[in-house]
Amino acid sequence: MNAYMIHLAFEFKTGLRNATLLMMNYLFPLGFYVLLGLLMTQVNPAFRETMIPALVVFIALASTVLGLPSPLVEQREAGIFRTYKINGVPAPAILIIPALSTIFHAVLASGIMLATARPLFGASLPVNWGAFVLVSLLSIAAFGALGALIGVASANSRATVLWSQLIFLPSMLIGGLMLPLSLIPKTMLPFSALLPPAHAMQALVGLAYGQETVLNPAVSVGVLLATVLLGFGLAIYLFDWDRVNRARRGHPLMALLVLAPYVVGMILG
Amino acid sequence: MPPIIQVHNLRKTYGSVVAADDISFAVHPGEIFGLLGPNGAGKTTTLECLEGIRQPDRGDLGVLDVDPTRQPGKLRRLIGVQLQSGGLPDAMTVDEALRFFAAYHGVAPRHDLLARLGLGDKLGAQYHQLSIGLRRRLALVLAIAHNPPAVILDEPTAGLDVASRTELHALMAELRGGGTAILLATHDMAEAEKLADRVAILLAGRIVATGTPRELTAAGAGLTKVSVRSEEALLLREEGQFPAVQQRLVKEDYAIYFSADPGPTVAAILDYLHDHDDRLIDLRVERPSLEERFLEITTGGAR
Repeated sequence: MNAYMIHLAFEFKTGLRNATLLMMNYLFPLGFYVLLGLLMTQVNPAFRETMIPALVVFIALASTVLGLPSPLVEQREAGIFRTYKINGVPAPAILIIPALSTIFHAVLASGIMLATARPLFGASLPVNWGAFVLVSLLSIAAFGALGALIGVASANSRATVLWSQLIFLPSMLIGGLMLPLSLIPKTMLPFSALLPPAHAMQALVGLAYGQETVLNPAVSVGVLLATVLLGFGLAIYLFDWDRVNRARRGHPLMALLVLAPYVVGMILG
Repeated sequence: MPPIIQVHNLRKTYGSVVAADDISFAVHPGEIFGLLGPNGAGKTTTLECLEGIRQPDRGDLGVLDVDPTRQPGKLRRLIGVQLQSGGLPDAMTVDEALRFFAAYHGVAPRHDLLARLGLGDKLGAQYHQLSIGLRRRLALVLAIAHNPPAVILDEPTAGLDVASRTELHALMAELRGGGTAILLATHDMAEAEKLADRVAILLAGRIVATGTPRELTAAGAGLTKVSVRSEEALLLREEGQFPAVQQRLVKEDYAIYFSADPGPTVAAILDYLHDHDDRLIDLRVERPSLEERFLEITTGGAR
């Protein structure tokens, strides 16, 4: 097994061993799924139509945007990256492999939800499974890139919480997860269009479920793809080996460039 | 034989603070070179520039002619490093750490080294479950597992118990015997005196003394310490006049004399005790230690 596979296997096991990561990868999103299944399907039966895409997005958000950044910051602060550096672990591997491992956990948790949502709560299944799988993977990867970028750009763990919540909380309110974008006030739609989960939801609902969307789903796919490339690219570019020996190639606020595709998407979509 | 590690005119500043100023030394194959100095003297900065973690402002550094800043990939195969402020992920087990870094170095995992340093029965233990001593031992195993020609150790025995320290010293001596060049930064003067073939003392970013431990101690005031304890404790109460003694002090039950010529001093002390019906219990004659020379230099300037 080569070094990258050993690294990936270790990160994957860490996602199960570490109590915080286990919480963010499985317990919190799956607990929320059960709660949502019990409550929302009773309060709003139409929620069943978009329950699966909404929960794929929620599970991915929890494990990547909420779960990925803090370990990156903590490892940098604890000098673990220094140990990696002097032993020849390349910087892209330090970012991409944990992100990949988190993506695997999100896929597994989504699989659990997908396998049980219809028998337990009568959730609607996708009409186009190919589009569902591809857009789900793309969305999870895009959120993984954002998680890695937040971990790199944040000076400390408190900052990661701030940045993560800046994405997570608005996404829950106006990202189309709990309420379809069509029910959100028009004045709020430009803000929704700046949220990655809104594009993930629109792409899933439009392409995998064949429903009408507010944003152009093809543009949303483009925005998510650009987020993957730009997010990981910026994260690698801004990566710092340690906190005391700063030789940054760019200011951390450069991370905001990852919003560029959303602005373009807002204009196009 | 050409040196494995070379540092020539290294200078590194942090803002207005000069951490390393015109530092030069070389470490040859089969040599342990000790870097000594108080906190903030520039030891870790020097090591980190060699490790490629920090970029020097000026100077030529090389490990087997590989530039740490420009050729980091090649450097990793040539050096093994035990960092003072490094760490591993909390959830990583000892076995995973060994396999993880062996894979990145492209070598087979050295379980024999783990057993040698008392980690053989800790393979499944996670990093956060290890004591400080075990963590240091693991760091050393990881530093040498790819058999590098140069090893850089930053305070390797800090926090270790006596048995672990002895085992680690034996391992370092074995590495030296195998031709490895070892650069050792330490606060432990006894360790440096015992292990290092040559040492450099750093003070405020500059090397203020360098040589073998014996050369350094000989270059000091050169006084021999004569410690005497007697049944009636006569020497504690009376100063006495003994030849070649330049300083006298009393510590616990001992009268301590610093002599420029210990032979006549000891003979006169024994005669004095005999003449005054006192009986000798303990007599120690010690050459100045590296620690005393270190304190002399760091508190009073280099001689």
